[in-house]
Amino acid sequence: MIEIEISKPLGGMRLALSLQIEEGSFVALTGPSGSGKTTLLRILAGLEGARGRISVDGRAWLDGKSSLAPQKRGIGFIFQEYALFENMSVEENLLFIEKDSALASHLLEMTGMAQFKDRLPSTLSGGQKQRVALCRALMKRPGILLMDEPLSALDPAMRQRLQGDILRLHREFGTTTIMVSHDPSEIYRLAERVILLHHGSVVADGSPKEILMKSSGSQKFSFEGELLDLVRVDAVYVAVVAIGQQLVEVVVAKEEAKRLQIGKRVQIATKAFAPMIFQ
Amino acid sequence: MSGIDFGPFLLSFKLAAVTTLLLFFIALPLAWWLSQTRCRCKPFIEAVTSMPIVLPPSVLGFYLLWAFSGSSFLGEFFQEYFGVKLVFSFTGLVVASILYSFPFMVQPLQSGFESLSRRMIEAAYLGGKSSLTTLFRVALPNIKPSLITALIVTFAHTIGEFGVVLMVGGSIPGETKVASVAIYEFVEIMDYETAHIYSAIMVAMSFAVLLGVYLFNHRYNSRIGIGR
Repeated sequence: MIEIEISKPLGGMRLALSLQIEEGSFVALTGPSGSGKTTLLRILAGLEGARGRISVDGRAWLDGKSSLAPQKRGIGFIFQEYALFENMSVEENLLFIEKDSALASHLLEMTGMAQFKDRLPSTLSGGQKQRVALCRALMKRPGILLMDEPLSALDPAMRQRLQGDILRLHREFGTTTIMVSHDPSEIYRLAERVILLHHGSVVADGSPKEILMKSSGSQKFSFEGELLDLVRVDAVYVAVVAIGQQLVEVVVAKEEAKRLQIGKRVQIATKAFAPMIFQ
Repeated sequence: MSGIDFGPFLLSFKLAAVTTLLLFFIALPLAWWLSQTRCRCKPFIEAVTSMPIVLPPSVLGFYLLWAFSGSSFLGEFFQEYFGVKLVFSFTGLVVASILYSFPFMVQPLQSGFESLSRRMIEAAYLGGKSSLTTLFRVALPNIKPSLITALIVTFAHTIGEFGVVLMVGGSIPGETKVASVAIYEFVEIMDYETAHIYSAIMVAMSFAVLLGVYLFNHRYNSRIGIGR
């Protein structure tokens, strides 16, 4: 059990949180940028100071002024920027953390990185680097695994594959995993609890279904996208909207088109009575 | 050419080598600390360590001469405990050179450390590694161009010393008469031929050293993909 009761001034606002996290759970931290997600993770890791208390399984990590050094917390941490040791090969990156070559081979095998074990990080792709970082973070068999937007720099296919790796390793090692993520599908797939932060405080806390499905029960599709263009076709307009990686065209009436502005975020919604699903 | 005495060159090299070696171990912890600290005293310490760049060598030389003299605390201390006279001695030259070349070792190392990814350093800490282990296993191996620059420029800068050496060391053959001082003396006694030869050797050596540094950095950077 992780118990957190902290506060810290943060660029004009205040990060003030009181949280309890169950051992072995998978928690997603989400919220707009600048809401304090990364700072919370860094405070948990001991990379930044804060006022208050953090205790893990009854042991104080932070208590008033005294703070346990990051070296002694025994956590695994994954940065968005991979942060591999550039002077060491893939395998050396793992062994530097813990001289356990059986575990290193097992982790590299699990993530499909065994064939790259002698390569230097600079020769790997983003997805490969993050898989190495994941392996490295588990070399100390940590009780807690913290991930700061680990997949946000990767393409969708690579994301999916790494989501699978993360989930499998989370289960195998029984870690308490806390992940910062902006991607609802990723959160839905991995996490059993979502904490939504805004301006440094928790504004929602619950299961992914409760938090992520804003229009729950209304049987409605709702997508947010960017309006790229408005093209006049006879009496109507066609709006071109980018939703994620996909472009869609939507017919809009003339009066509606007048209220829209190119480049703005728009919401597209439709009733979902009889949708077709393909695989 | 046969009459050329290479003693002063050898002495210059010996001085530069000893200075570079000692200075590396003195400057390394400081450069690492400066790159990592958020202490408010940092600008103050940076200013102090950079002073030898802007101070006229005569100013540094004068203070050192004063500090090294038998009646000063430092001079007395060395005399008493090590039995070493600092003024007009090789040991004194080494101490003076360490101070004089200090910024040339600290600055490249510090900026090398500062250019490293902060996350990479933090990853080592989170993996349970101490600051010292992180310095030697992660930070230092990842700043090779800065390391080479620091070592070579310090070496070259010490070879090129003149003012401080002249004031603190004088010109005792085999003890403190380094190449730059020797050239000065040849000019003084109007032996231009020898001065020419000595100077040409210095020019060639300096060029070779600097070219070596730049070639290494160029190759290293293109190998690891910087500037592509």
